[in-house]
This record gives sequence, structure tokens and C-alpha cells, in this order.
Amino acid sequence: MPLFNHARRAIVKCAFAVAAATILSPSVHAAETPQYGGVLTAILHPEPPSLNPAVQQVAGTQMVGSKIFESLLTYSFDLKPMPGLAKSWEVSDDKLTYTFHLQTGVTWHDGKPFSADDVVFTYEKVLSKTPRTRGLMENVASLTAPDANTVVFKLKTPYSAFLYAFDIGGGAILPKHLYDVDTPVAQNPANNQPVGTGPFKFKRWERGAYVELVKNENYWKKDRPYLDGITYRVIPDSASRRLAIEQGTVMQAWLQDLEPVDVPRVAKLPNMVYTNKGYEYWSTMQWIEMNNARAPFNDKRFRQALMYAINRKFIAEKIMFGQGVVATGPIHHNTRFYDGNVKKYDYDPKKAIALLDEMGLKPNADGVRATVSMIPLPYGEMPRRMAEYIKQNLSKVGVAVNLESTDVGGWVSRVGAWDYDMAGNGVFQYGDPAIGVSRTYMSSNIHKGVMFSNTAQYDNPKVDELFTKAATAGDDAERQKYYSEVQRILVEDVPLLWIADTNYGTVLNKRVHDAITTGLGVVGNYSDAWLSKE
Amino acid sequence: MKRIAAFLARRIVKSILVLFMIALFNFFLVRAAPGDPAEILAGQSGAADAEYIQKLRQDFGLDQPIPVQLMSYLKHIAVFDLGYSHRQQAPVATLILNQLPATLLLALTSFAFALLAGVALGIQAALRVGKWGDTVITTIAMLAYATPLFWVGLMLVLVFSVQLQWLPAFGYESVGTALTGFARVIDIARHLMLPAVTLGLFYMAVYTRLTRASMLEIRQLDFVKTARAKGLSERTVITRHVLRNALLPVITYAGIQAGHLIGGALLVETVFGWPGIGRLAFDALVQRDYSVLLGVFFMASIVVVVVNLITDILYTVADPRIELK
Repeated sequence: MPLFNHARRAIVKCAFAVAAATILSPSVHAAETPQYGGVLTAILHPEPPSLNPAVQQVAGTQMVGSKIFESLLTYSFDLKPMPGLAKSWEVSDDKLTYTFHLQTGVTWHDGKPFSADDVVFTYEKVLSKTPRTRGLMENVASLTAPDANTVVFKLKTPYSAFLYAFDIGGGAILPKHLYDVDTPVAQNPANNQPVGTGPFKFKRWERGAYVELVKNENYWKKDRPYLDGITYRVIPDSASRRLAIEQGTVMQAWLQDLEPVDVPRVAKLPNMVYTNKGYEYWSTMQWIEMNNARAPFNDKRFRQALMYAINRKFIAEKIMFGQGVVATGPIHHNTRFYDGNVKKYDYDPKKAIALLDEMGLKPNADGVRATVSMIPLPYGEMPRRMAEYIKQNLSKVGVAVNLESTDVGGWVSRVGAWDYDMAGNGVFQYGDPAIGVSRTYMSSNIHKGVMFSNTAQYDNPKVDELFTKAATAGDDAERQKYYSEVQRILVEDVPLLWIADTNYGTVLNKRVHDAITTGLGVVGNYSDAWLSKE
Repeated sequence: MKRIAAFLARRIVKSILVLFMIALFNFFLVRAAPGDPAEILAGQSGAADAEYIQKLRQDFGLDQPIPVQLMSYLKHIAVFDLGYSHRQQAPVATLILNQLPATLLLALTSFAFALLAGVALGIQAALRVGKWGDTVITTIAMLAYATPLFWVGLMLVLVFSVQLQWLPAFGYESVGTALTGFARVIDIARHLMLPAVTLGLFYMAVYTRLTRASMLEIRQLDFVKTARAKGLSERTVITRHVLRNALLPVITYAGIQAGHLIGGALLVETVFGWPGIGRLAFDALVQRDYSVLLGVFFMASIVVVVVNLITDILYTVADPRIELK
């Protein structure tokens, strides 16, 4: 009986919402006025080791840390820089001087005033040592604070993606008065009681259970935030996470909180809103890395043959359940300078066989032309199913695949050490190819033992040159020219098997409004987010 | 009493040796897995460079040769210093002590549930052997015995949390309600119910079957006939003579269960989002957080050694003919 009532109420509500939407405006939410109060609950999985995004860049750290700490900039859905702790900025004509004007009236959660000194300190002493920002800071000739509200970066050489490195994961600002001590940043006790400038203050963290944030009454943005607080709940089991969101115990699930197979069903529930927005800045891909230094992967024809032999459309639709779209090349379609006008690799086993024949890889008595191994990406169920399906695809063209499943530790250490034939992988693109794409293909980034470097060991001087030119070019039109060319070369060369551009979604309870407002999605600061009454 | 003291002394010396061997074994075991915590942390950040990983290894003390790391580990463990988790930036002892109460609560509750319900059902089945009551109980026991833990957990959640909405589906307590005193105890008890039943169900079935079988066996023995012949009431015969003897195999099994509880707790803690040390250990394993993993292993081995000791002493209480050697 209760179930039936529930469903009927839901149908009535749904019908009402549809009616309201047609009558009032194209967007239901825009028609409602924000309300104060309420605590948003969200899934936190996996539980991060720290909440300080200047110390660690794990996804969970960024999601929670982005409410407590702030960075100078954030990015819109179409990847334009937006104000954060910097309210405006200027770039000099020679593209070497970046001046940031900071927000005024900003205080730390402990009441101390925030100033440009904090920014200079954080970049010089903390961020210059993190993997995300170290390279950026090596190109900085000087960093100064001419007054309390201005910060000036002077570069050694022009770097056209400079403005894209100021997100929370790359540039969270820490309070100098707490971190300017002898203790190393990672061991600073302030990490367990984080003090930031953000719209929410840290209240408590019960490890294994939940993280509780409360409203910052003195937030610099007037009349914000709307929410009284945010509670992140640690729910280790994927079936329990699905239940929790269905029941309304939690109101937000993102990235891989839900198994892809569950997403379409949960998204359709009457009390849910589903959106693909808010992943533009990350724009990860699912690819199968190939060890380009090993035979037969050192032959371009073999790599192309594999690309033809894999039914990527099937993977995107039936294995990723729409959480991915077929990739066209090295740059995600949401990342800047994407160019889809490249050679196409539609599913075509005949072409694959022709290429393998041309190479002289003849099938033996069992129909096997080559035997290779593959390590599936060790995150969740979906990548394993994908690997199993690719194994079937490849067996049809005579390439036998041995799957070697391992956990994150085994995967990181083997791929990093080049001890693999094929392996699932994919990295964040951070909005701009100079930050998140070139690192995978440039020969200068071939480092044994380092994960997320050019572990395929692809080496093409022309590609190196184009990426380098694009990273220092003055204007976007010029950069587009280089990136378009590099995309065409890479797609012809197939250093990796690009399976899909991820198309993750966020499931939100209908009560949640204006949470996803930037290209960083749930890693936004949530100062505008609000809850309607139950 | 003196005998017990001598027994205890001997056993404690043996236990320390065993613990030392376990610690040594664990040390190499956790390092046998590929990858190290620095690589994994860098891996999860989605960005890495050689310098950063090297710096992490230095911070974690992983740049030292293995024998040096081993010596330092053994030295610390000898004085019960479990070390520091660089990944979680907290002393291992603090991490374990924070989460141990939740696991102990879960384990002891499910242990008590399994033992009491199992023995009670076993007695009832034995008294009604061959009748429909016996059939119902043995069928329940069979089902509980044969069904995988995680599935039972999910089904209980579906029935009691989703359909009936009587009990919360996961977590340790209600978040954000700031309950205190008795209200908080009730709240935790409500959260405890499903995971404790899930974890205890399998052993409840074991105890039911054990109790029933050994009661049936002992009921045939001559001393029971003698007890009846001398005119004792049926109740006295069952409790004083039959049950007491029938409990010996149950105690043996209870000792084994206590050792298994932490392993089982891991699964149940995952399904129910219970913040215990099973979760802590699993996360530490995935993240190669060596110090936490070793700490949990060490704590678990202490628990098992102590429980074995208690089991041996309990034998003599149940059956005074057994001597402590």
C-alpha cells in the first residue's frame, strides 16, 4: 500500500512539474526563488585520505575541499575562466604578466583576514611542490603582492594555458598564518581541522562514516550560502549507494558513485534530476593503452587494425550505458580545441584483417595471429566488462587477449614500469590540451616508473613540435591550427585505442537546485545551491 | 588456581612467540603485493611526476632498505607502537581505536545473537525431533547456512529498510541529529540490528545444527537414562545433564567463529557502511597503506590468541574433567 501511494503521488507531482514547465518557462528551476536553510547530503566514495586539496588531489578531496577552500578562478560550462578568490584579472600584451585582483572583505574561517600574502605564500611554499602545479610554477619568474588585494605572476616564457590552472585541485589557497611553520604541509595538524575561505566550514569528520560541513556566516559573497550545511556520507557498497539515493537518504551521486548499469534506471525515477553538465573541466577518456615500444604494437598497421576491430559504439551504448560516447581522437569533445574532422575508425573487422594480413601476421592452426595481454582499468565493474568485450572483438580478427586483472596498486606499478602489452587508462584533461592532453603523447614526458606520463612511449618529433608551439602560441586561432593538425596526425598513428569520451552524469534529488553551476560540477563551491522544501 | 596460573604463563609465552611470527610474516606479506602507497596516492591524484613520488616515498620511509624497515617495524611493535599512517596523516593506533568500538559492538552483538539464538533453536529442534517444529527449524538453519552473507544483507535491507521502512539501511547512527544519552543508544541499536543479524546468521545455523545433533546423541547415553531413572525432572535432565555436555562442540566452534568475525565483519561493514576496522583494513589494502594494514593484522591476531585462551578456560568450566595443560 505505501508503495502504491508513493507512486501515485510521484505521478501527480511529475505531471504537475511538466505542466508547470510548459506554462512558466523552459526551466522549472529558474521559476523558483532560492530558499535559505536545509542540509544537503551527498555520497562520498571512496573516502579521501585528506580534505586539503593543496595536499592531495584525489576526487573526494576536491569535492569536499572545494566547499572549504577556494582558488583564484573557476571555469564555466564552456570553459571560460570565472571569478573565484580573484574578482578580475588582466594579461599583459606580451602574455608574460598576469595580474589578479582579489575579492575584498574575505576572512578565513578562524576570523583572520585573507590577503594577497596568503596567495603568494601558498603558491611559493605549497603548490610549487604538488604534481599538478610544479611545472606551472617552474615557468614563473616572479610572484609578488604589490598590495593586499593584488597578485602578479610574471612568466619566463608565454604559456597560453596559464589561466586554466587555477582550479581548486591545482590552486587551493591556504592560510599563511597556519601553514608558515616548520612542519611539512602534509603533516600540519591544520589539515585535520581545515580552515579556508569558502562558503562552508569544516565541523567534523567521523572516518568511515561522514564529513559534516556547516554554513560560513561570514562568507564574503553577500547573502550566501543558502544551505545550512552539507553532509558527505561514506557508503562503501555500490548497491547501498543506489538504495540511499533512491530512498532520499542522500541527495547527490556523481562520477562513479553509481554503477553505469544502474544510472539510466535511477535517473528516470520521479524524484531525481539527471545532468551531464559539470564534467567539462575534467573530461576524462576511456582508452586502452598500448606499449608502442613492443612488437607488434610498434607497427602502426597493427594499432589501426585493433581500432577497426573494436565495436566502440556497442561499448559506449551497452557497456557504459551512455556514460560515454565514441571517441574521435586524443582530445575529449568538451575540451578546448577539439577537432572532430579526423580519420574515422568505424567498426570494420574486414579492414582490420586486411591490415593484419598486410603486416604478414598470418593465422596459425587455431586462427590466432598474435597473442597479447591486457590489464583492465581497476576501477569498478564496467572497465572489466569492457575488457572482456574487447577480448571477444579482437579474437574475431585473430588477436588472442589474455586478461590480467589486478587492483589499483598492481595496475599503477605495472603500467608505470612499462610492464604491459595493453592496459585500460584515461586521464583528466583539465580544460586545455596543453595541461591535460599533451602530457600523454610528448616524448619529453616518457618517464619509466611514473604513472600518467607517456607510458605508451609514443615518440613522434612532429607531434612534440606541434604541442610545444600550441602551448606558447599567442592567440586561440593559432593554437587551434596546431591542435587540429596534431589531432589528425595522432588519429592516423593511433598511439592509444581511444574507446570513449566519458559522459558521466550527476544524479540529484529534485529538492536540490543550482548546485551544478560550473564546468567543475560537484567540485564547485555550492554557495548558490539551495534546497526546496520536502 | 596455581595450575591455572602456570597454564596461563606457559600460554602467554607461546602466544608472544606466535605473535612475533605473525608480525614477521605479515610484514613480508603486505609488501609482496605490487605497487606501493606512494604510487597509489600519485595514481589516484590523476597526475604524477617522478620527483613527487620520490618525495612521497621519503616521507613514508619507503626509500629505506627492507631490512632497515623490518627492524624499525619490529622495534616499534615490541612496545605496541603501531606506527603512523602517512596516507591518512594520523597515528595507526588512533585510527584503529577510533573504529575498533564499532567493530567490537557489531562482532559481540552478532556473536551473542548467533550463540543464543542458535543454541535455543537447537534445543527446541532436539526436543521436537521428527515433528514439524523440528523441520521448520532445520530448514531455517539450512537456508541460513547456505546463503552468502552479502546477499542476506541486501535482502534484509530490501525488506526491512526499503519495503517496510522499519530500520535504516546503512551507517552507524543518524547523522546531524545530535542525539544524546538513551535516544542515541536506541538510534545506534536500530542501525546495528540488520548488520548484526546478517553477520550472525551463518553461525546461528551452525550452532543450531551442532546443538541439535549433539543433544540427540547425548540423550541416548547411559548417564541420561540413569538421571531419568533416579527421578529427576525432565527440565533438570535436559539443562544439567544433556545440554551441558552437548555444549562442548559449540564452545569449540564459538572459538573459531570469534576468529572469523573480523573477516566476516569486513563484508558486512562494506554492505552496511559500518565504520569499523574491517573497512579500515580493506581500504588500507587497496591503498597499500602498510602501517595501517599491519596494525589491523596485529590487533586481529591478538584478539584471536586471547579468544583461544578464553575458549580453553571455558572448556574446563563446562566440563571439569578437561584439564588445563
